[in-house]
Order: sequence, then structure tokens, then C-alpha cells
Amino acid sequence: MAEGIKDRVAIIGMGCTRFGEQWDKGADELMVESFTEAIEDAGIEKKDLDAVWFGTSYEEVNVGKTAIPISVTLKLPFIPATRVENWCATGSEALRGACYAVAAGAYDVCLALGVEKLKDVGYGGLPQPETQWGTRQRLVEPNKTAPGTFAMMATRYFSQYKLGPEEGKTMLAHVSAKSHANGARHPKAHLRRAVTVEQIMNAPIIAWPLGLFDCCGVSDGSAAAIVVRADMAKDFRPDPVYVKALQISASSGEEMLYTEWDWTHIEATGLAAQRAYDETGIKNPRDEVSMAEVHDCFSITEAVTMEDLQFSPRGRVKDDVMGGRFNLDGAQPVQPDGGLKCFGHPVGASGLRMIYEMYKQLQGKAGDRQLKDPRIGLTHNMGGIPSVNIVSVVIVGL
Amino acid sequence: MIVATALDLRPDIRAADIGNSIKAGTTGLLSAIDAVKAGSARNVLLCASDSRVGKAGSSQEQTCGDGAAALLIGDGEAIATLEGSYSLAYDFVDYWRTQGERYDHSWEDRWIRDEGYSRFIPEAISGLLNKCGLQVSDFAKIVYPAIYPREYAAIGKKLGAVESQIEEPIFSAVGDTGTAYPLMMLVAALEQAKPGDKIIVASYGNGSEALYFQVTDALKTPGDRRGIEKHLASKKELGSYTKYAGFREVLSVDIGRRSEDIGDTKLSALWRERRMVLGMCGSKCKRCGTPQYPAQIICAKPGCGAVGEMESYRFSDKKGTLFTYSGDNLAPSPSPPTIYGVVEFEGGGRSILDITDADLDSMEVGMPVEMTFRIRYHDIPGSIYGYLWKATPGRG
Repeated sequence: MAEGIKDRVAIIGMGCTRFGEQWDKGADELMVESFTEAIEDAGIEKKDLDAVWFGTSYEEVNVGKTAIPISVTLKLPFIPATRVENWCATGSEALRGACYAVAAGAYDVCLALGVEKLKDVGYGGLPQPETQWGTRQRLVEPNKTAPGTFAMMATRYFSQYKLGPEEGKTMLAHVSAKSHANGARHPKAHLRRAVTVEQIMNAPIIAWPLGLFDCCGVSDGSAAAIVVRADMAKDFRPDPVYVKALQISASSGEEMLYTEWDWTHIEATGLAAQRAYDETGIKNPRDEVSMAEVHDCFSITEAVTMEDLQFSPRGRVKDDVMGGRFNLDGAQPVQPDGGLKCFGHPVGASGLRMIYEMYKQLQGKAGDRQLKDPRIGLTHNMGGIPSVNIVSVVIVGL
Repeated sequence: MIVATALDLRPDIRAADIGNSIKAGTTGLLSAIDAVKAGSARNVLLCASDSRVGKAGSSQEQTCGDGAAALLIGDGEAIATLEGSYSLAYDFVDYWRTQGERYDHSWEDRWIRDEGYSRFIPEAISGLLNKCGLQVSDFAKIVYPAIYPREYAAIGKKLGAVESQIEEPIFSAVGDTGTAYPLMMLVAALEQAKPGDKIIVASYGNGSEALYFQVTDALKTPGDRRGIEKHLASKKELGSYTKYAGFREVLSVDIGRRSEDIGDTKLSALWRERRMVLGMCGSKCKRCGTPQYPAQIICAKPGCGAVGEMESYRFSDKKGTLFTYSGDNLAPSPSPPTIYGVVEFEGGGRSILDITDADLDSMEVGMPVEMTFRIRYHDIPGSIYGYLWKATPGRG
């Protein structure tokens, strides 16, 4: 019987670059920056590493294939290095590789590093998706983008729960306003300006009904984590953060192909979260999860994720959003660092950036965003579109 | 051949492309009728289609239109039977273009009008009347292209036709649709015809062909055809000529670097998947009956999961309803926003499809949609146009 990885792996060091349009930096500068911070934070040296997991998604506009970019950039001493890619869950997948290897007893000290240099694409948003779904799908792919596919979830959510456009957009505006308020307090965030609900509501439409402020930024960035066997963690630092669960769920295709899925929730999020809760021993996520960084690629994604994670009752997230439950001073703060909304989404780095915030919060080092006595932090990534995707849920705690 | 694939026709159905002259529509029709009469084919589907782009500033820019008509010719009960025909072929070079040229050249308009258009059509119709031993007065309608409106009426007058016999031209509504034009006018004439009527339809282009049809009692049987009348009644204004010129790539419209990043077209994969891509055929699970698009090997229905028990299932002829949608200003388009949505098909199955000929403001969840075969993209470096079935709001 599989035992899972709860409390078998600890994070002893992390690094995260400033996220943003870093025209003057390539992926190599970003990698060196997050790596240097991580090993200094852990108090280790490069030679202490047993193996490396490297996450990057858009290799074609970025670093190229394989883990060679990290081994060469960091001048790793011929140690095992693996490149992983799971779209927006790539950073979490890198962490998963490192954690599961340590939990398996194969290694003592591993590095997970994610990086994405998106601002060499040459146009706004993520690269055009036709060629990213494979040769077969490319032939039948409609002319769509990420905002449009998530906008369809908003359209359906509004329709199913009988929210008028104004009412629905108001709810979503509160999601983004909360994140902007938090991001404004984070020195490493890309977008550091608080915005009002009114500004959000009046912004240009990107994909109806989503406006500019319903969409996350597009940025360059890197984040890294050093993980070790839990029983050795305190040799490195007094306040390691323990991995409670690290679950992935990949769509079976039924949402896309079978007609019963309702487009107002993410099937894989619910399943990955439930597995992570079971592994951690969480019975009531609404009360037991202290804080979360979730995949708010779009405001609607965050809203339905609150329901999928069982933070809010199904179809009722509006009450919690409008009631401030997820604000920094609310009962269950979400996106305390500003989320993808303010950090932007360098795809391979985002998962580790979320962990970085949970790690700092749990250690009490989150500056003026510091939450009071958080015990359990959850991160969530979702790669793909609402109808077919891959979701990671990571739970960390003290 | 793409039409045969789009219609998901069996590959052993003979398919032929006829072109190079704007009278190819009637030439094709006569060939089809000959094949049926000769007994070498039982049913022939004839599709005449033209997309005519005139050079900016030219008279063709003003007069040409895009259109299509399709007729089914068979040996069974017919709504109209061909009773006679007369063909004229002249190497009359009025419009021409050589290899690699996008736009036509033309000789002097007055010469085309007086020596070509105004002569060939009456000559073909008179030839037909002589051949059949009939008078103009025997016909309820005489339809021929109205390329030059004044001479159009003069031809009728010259033939001795009264005004009611000359079919109201669709020229002013759709323009000169070339190959498709005479067949579109025939369809329009049939829509107004009564059983027992005799109709002449004549084409123009490198001569002329005149065909004499006898309308039968079967015309009374109402079909669900949209024809010319309902298509025109449900037309949608494009709003600006610039948009049209952009669509037709007459005007080079900048739709951003994103539009250049669409990837290439793998022709070997397209060939392999042609029924799925061009014929919109998905699969239907033989065990649980769930239709799925794109086609699957293993059934997606939770709890079924049958392996390799799929049969081909065509979605292009199914009606659908819109489950959700968006209007996307980021997706590259000469006419933003790009509208797409999730379509649920009658009988099961769903897919995210481009939605074309739609206004974002008039869309709503639950609205009916139907499928239409369109260009999806232009792969410029590969010089390939990608085609797909898209959804469109029901035209009524």
C-alpha cells in the first residue's frame, strides 16, 4: 500500500526572482538569480545537490529542450538533471519530481527550479496555441486563446447561476481587486498597483466577459526550492516547511468529449484537491487550510477554484468573494502575494513562486503581507483549458 | 475534391473539377445530365461555386460577387427535367489571366458587351428554340446573367420576351457570381415556378449554353431547402468594404504578429485525419452510443471506456445548441472579436468550435447553431488554406 509523501520531505531553501517584463534578462540570468537565493537560503552549496528537476514550458521561445539549459547555466557537476513540462503545472511538477525522489529515498538533497522567459514571444499573451496541442488537434483547433476559453467558463457560470453580466463581472472584479491590493505590497510582483472595482469593471474587454483586469500578467521569472529528507531538515534550518501532499490530476477527456460536464468547475482540481486533503488528513478545507495561492490565470478561474477546493459551497463563491473571506485580512486569505494576477505567469516558474509565498508566510517572513499564524498553505496550478487540463495541488505546512 | 471530402462522400464516387470558364456551371450541368441519361451514373451532385475578386478600382471589383448553387441530377422523380440544350463555344478573350496572376485583365468593356454578351446569349437561346421547335412565348421564364443591366433587358426584348418572362436578376443582390451565376438564377426561377412551366437558363462565358427545363408536379413537394430566397432573406451585412477586402486578402490587413505564429500544416496528418477535419466525422461508441468529436479510440463516457468499438459519426449535418461562448479580442482575426463557443450536438457530442457570421451582442447561451464549411486559416509560408466546419447561428 502506497504511503504517500506526507511529512517525508521538507523545503529548506527557496529563491524567487522579481517577476515582470525583464527585457534585460534572459532565462539564464533568471535561473542564476533564483538558484543563488535558494542555496543561500538553505545554507548549502552546489556540490551538496544530489539531483535537479527543471521546469520550463515554452521551450521554443525560451531555453530549448532538455535539462541542459539548467545544468550548463548553473554549471552543475554532472549530477542527474531532468526537465519536466506540464504546462501551467510545470513548476509544481518540478517540485513533485524532486520531492518524490527524496521521499523514495533515492536522494537526500534535490533542487526544483522553474523558469520562463515569456517576453521574447513578440506579442502580448501566451504564444498562439494551435501548435501546442499536438499535430492532430491542431487540425481541428478553433481560433482560440487562453482568455477566450476561460471566458467561456465565465459565460456559463453566469448563465448557470443566473448572474447578470453586471453582477457576474462585479464578483470577478472583487477577485482581481483583492489580488491587486496584495500584489501592491510585494516587492517582487510584476503589477504593483492597487486598482478599484470600478477601474476593473470599466477596463477594455479582452474576451467577453473578461476584461483586462480579469486576466493575469505575462511575465518573465524564475523560482527555486531546495528539498531534503524531513529527518535532516532541521540540520539546515530551524524553520523548514514540510510537504504534506503533492497531487496531480490529468483530464481523462470526459469533460471535453462527454456532454455532462458543466463548464462551471474544473473536474481535475476537485480530484487533485481531494487526494491532497486525504493525504494531509484535512477534513474541512474551508476551516483547515490557512491560506492558498491558486491558479488565477483569470478571475473566473480563481472563483471556480474556490468552489473546487471546497473553500466555498458550489455556486456560492460570490458570497465569500464579496464578503472579503479571501482578502489578506479575511478568514481564508487567497493570493497573499497578489497571485498570477500581479506576478504574471512565467509558466514554468509559477508553481514554485506560489510555494515561495507559502514558505515565507509559514516562516513569518512575509513582510507587511504576513498572515497571523498560518499553519497550512495550499498551492494550485492548472495547465490547459477548462475542458481539458492538468492540475496540481500542493499542501505545505509546519 | 475538397467538396467531396467535406460532404463525407465515399471515395468511389466519381468526382471531377470543371473550370477555366465562367460557363463551367452549365457545362458541368450538361455533363451531369448526360452521364445520368447514358446510364453511367444514377445520381450526380453538381456544385457550382465561385469567389471572384476584382482588382481594386476595376469594374470587376464593383460587379463580381461570390456565390454557389448545387443541383442533384438523378434518374428518379425530378422537379425539373432537361428537354433540350444548345451550346456555343467561342475562344472569346474578354477576361483573362495567366499563371500566377491574381486578377483578371480585360479588353474594352464596350466590345465585350456588344460583341460577346449581347450576341452569344441570344444566339444560344435562339439556337435552342430552333432546335426544339419552340417559341419564346412557350416559356414561363428565361434566365441569363445580367452582367450589363441595360443590355440584359435588350436581350430579352430582342428575343421577343415580355418583362414577366425575364427572371428578376439576382445580380443586384449578389453580383456576377461567374460559374455559379446561371445555376443560382435557375434555383431562384424554380423557387417561383409552377408545375408545367418551361424555363430556359443560359450562361455566358467563352460562348453561351442554353438549357430548357420542364418543371414537373414534383415541385409542389415542399423541401427544407434554403435556396436563394431564404439565403437572401437571412443575409447579414458585413458593415464595411474594408472588412471584405481584408477577408479576401485584397487588402493586406495587419492582424498582428500572433497571426503569423500559427504553425505549419502537416499535410500527411491532414490526409490521415481528412474525414475528421474536413468531413467533421467523429466517432460513436458502438457499446454506449456516445458520439464524440474529435474521433476517439477509447470511449470517453465515464464507466464505458470501450476500446476500439467506435464507428464513424458525422457531425456536420447535426444541429446544435450553444452551451457557452466568448468573443475573443486576442485571437488573431481580420474582424475581431473572434467568436467561438461550445456546441452541443443534437443526438450527443460536443466541441469547441469557431462561430462565424455572428454578432457577439446577439448571442446567448442555448441559441441554435448549425454547421458551415469555411476557411479556418491561411498558412502563408506553406501557402496552404486550412478548412474546417464552423458553427453559425441558425439562419432560419
